[in-house]
Amino acid sequence: MPDKRQPVVELVHLSRTFEQRGMLVKAVDDVTLAVNEGEVVCLVGESGCGKTTTGKMIAGLIRPSGGEIRYNGQDIWRMDAAQFRKYRMAVQLIHQDPYASLNPAHSVFRILSAPLLEHKIASNPQAARDRVRELLMMVDLTPPDDFLDKYPHQLSGGQRQRVSVARALTVVPSVIVADEAVSMVDVSIRVSLLNTLRKLKERLGVTYVFITHDLAVAKHFAWEGRVAVMYLGRMVEVAHTPQLVNHPQHPYTQALLSAIPEPDPRITRTKERVQLRSLDVPSLLNLPPGCSFHPRCPRFEAGLCDVMVPELMEVGTATRVACHVVTREAAHALRDGHTTSLPPAAP
Amino acid sequence: MTKTVLEVKNLWVEYPARRGVVQAVRGVSFDLCQGETLAFIGESGSGKTTLGLALVRLLPKSARVRQGNILFYQNGRVQDVLALSQEDLRQFRWRDCAMVFQGAQNSFNPVLRVESQFYDTARAHGMTGTAHVKQRAIDLLRMVQLDPNRVFRSFPHELSGGMRQRVLIALGLLLQPQVIILDEPTTALDILTQRSIIEVLRKLKKELDFSLIFISHDLSLAAELADRVATVYAGTIVEIGGVYDIFERARHPYTQALTHSVPTVTGDLRDLTSIPGSPPDLIVLPPGCAFHPRCPFATQRCKEQEPPLEPVGEGQFAACWNWREAMNKT
Repeated sequence: MPDKRQPVVELVHLSRTFEQRGMLVKAVDDVTLAVNEGEVVCLVGESGCGKTTTGKMIAGLIRPSGGEIRYNGQDIWRMDAAQFRKYRMAVQLIHQDPYASLNPAHSVFRILSAPLLEHKIASNPQAARDRVRELLMMVDLTPPDDFLDKYPHQLSGGQRQRVSVARALTVVPSVIVADEAVSMVDVSIRVSLLNTLRKLKERLGVTYVFITHDLAVAKHFAWEGRVAVMYLGRMVEVAHTPQLVNHPQHPYTQALLSAIPEPDPRITRTKERVQLRSLDVPSLLNLPPGCSFHPRCPRFEAGLCDVMVPELMEVGTATRVACHVVTREAAHALRDGHTTSLPPAAP
Repeated sequence: MTKTVLEVKNLWVEYPARRGVVQAVRGVSFDLCQGETLAFIGESGSGKTTLGLALVRLLPKSARVRQGNILFYQNGRVQDVLALSQEDLRQFRWRDCAMVFQGAQNSFNPVLRVESQFYDTARAHGMTGTAHVKQRAIDLLRMVQLDPNRVFRSFPHELSGGMRQRVLIALGLLLQPQVIILDEPTTALDILTQRSIIEVLRKLKKELDFSLIFISHDLSLAAELADRVATVYAGTIVEIGGVYDIFERARHPYTQALTHSVPTVTGDLRDLTSIPGSPPDLIVLPPGCAFHPRCPFATQRCKEQEPPLEPVGEGQFAACWNWREAMNKT
């Protein structure tokens, strides 16, 4: 099903390198992805895969060293100051650690009213107070009057994270970049926080870029959306969530899914595991040539995978994979008229 | 699997704090059999790490063990860990019971090579003969799927997090302890590394005969490795039983909600339960059952009296006045 919605945010050959002790680290390398209006896209990967750097670039916090980020078709780093300011309001970031991202000396009311007054969203303190109450209700901190005068240390981790979400909503963003927003919250309250975030999507039509290392959380949060898997700075697979979870194509995605321990003894003890050729994750400072997954990949082909960097290619409906072997097989299957390993495309 | 190696009876641990007394462990009793794997699962602040530290008497100085017994059975001998002299305790740790702490990165001496860490541990516990220690260390490193040639002469910072965790597990096994305690052994490790740790532990359990206690907030780890699972809430065990019973026939409302609050990756979307409210403050615990403010089955009695663990099935115990109602609802 081709998505007819307009892309809000487009990452076009996005790259970012950092310098570390005179060496160049490619944190993000040639990432291309369009996020459509009202969509949920999860960026998933292990530590060091570049998902946070990508998120920060989307939020306009760090400048790409190559490629572009477009917002409604316009390169954000070529905007004038007024436009860029608008962009920074339209795209809000929720950080991982609610203990570090809220000012401990400010009350919840002050944290939430400051942006309202600063950006003249609320014309006077009374209007700000009413709006803050609404925002607190939106993030399920009820009754709101119980929270207005509290300080962050008086709140639990889950409640603090809800305040962070409410703060992001003060400026009526169209895109929320949530970077591991539920990772630090205890499991018993994680679900309700995820439900709150989902509800906001339905109520406010917010577009989400949801960054997580946890594929199970990604699946739960973005079942109607898409998941993009990153490995060592590159995007290796993008697909609709049910497709990615049930029919992963890239050997790395397959390995990752098969390795995840499940909270169900019957499932987890009988799951088929993909065996990797090596357990060692290469250093970003010294990436292997060709496909950076090749030293670990069970489908590695010498002379191909260690020579050429695979591009992200369409291999089925709305599935893109960066793997020489998978794309070749898909092309052969198509040529021979065989059904591919993918389930048939929807009409 | 009937020989008991460890028995904990009515253990209470608290920390005096400015605001009051933190009741970290409240009346915990359990036993551990030879060769068994027991998982303690609970959320942050539930007291599970304190419980682990108490078992090897490594609690911070501020902690007070108010009462309880920790009995280790070995070769027909019983020793109460809480009554051991400093010297006996030193021998007991590592030789009888080893603990691998959370955050493997910080457990090594950063200026010593891996080999020295092995030699030092061996010497401190009276294991002599460098060649003998070296051979055992190399065997263990192989068992945890590390290349001894690369790892043995390395400094800790030269190893990845997963490698360090595996070295620590090997080090923990150096003196062939009867019991090994792992605190959050896979937390903060990448998934593929977690998988390798799980496989290593599974393999070691098959090859060596030791009992394993692990402490984790990660239910999946318990589902993977445990024979029995204990759910810890507000410093006490609220349910304990076989791993399949806990995941499929939990009787305590908290265990029920917890096991249904974590998404699986395999299969279609499943409904997740959210637990209202937040975990309690261990200084000001709710009266009666500590879970009652969050519990859908709470009655007046729950607000007044704390329920004891009672049998709810074959080898399964739950501390809930209304476990029958909870059972019928699910």
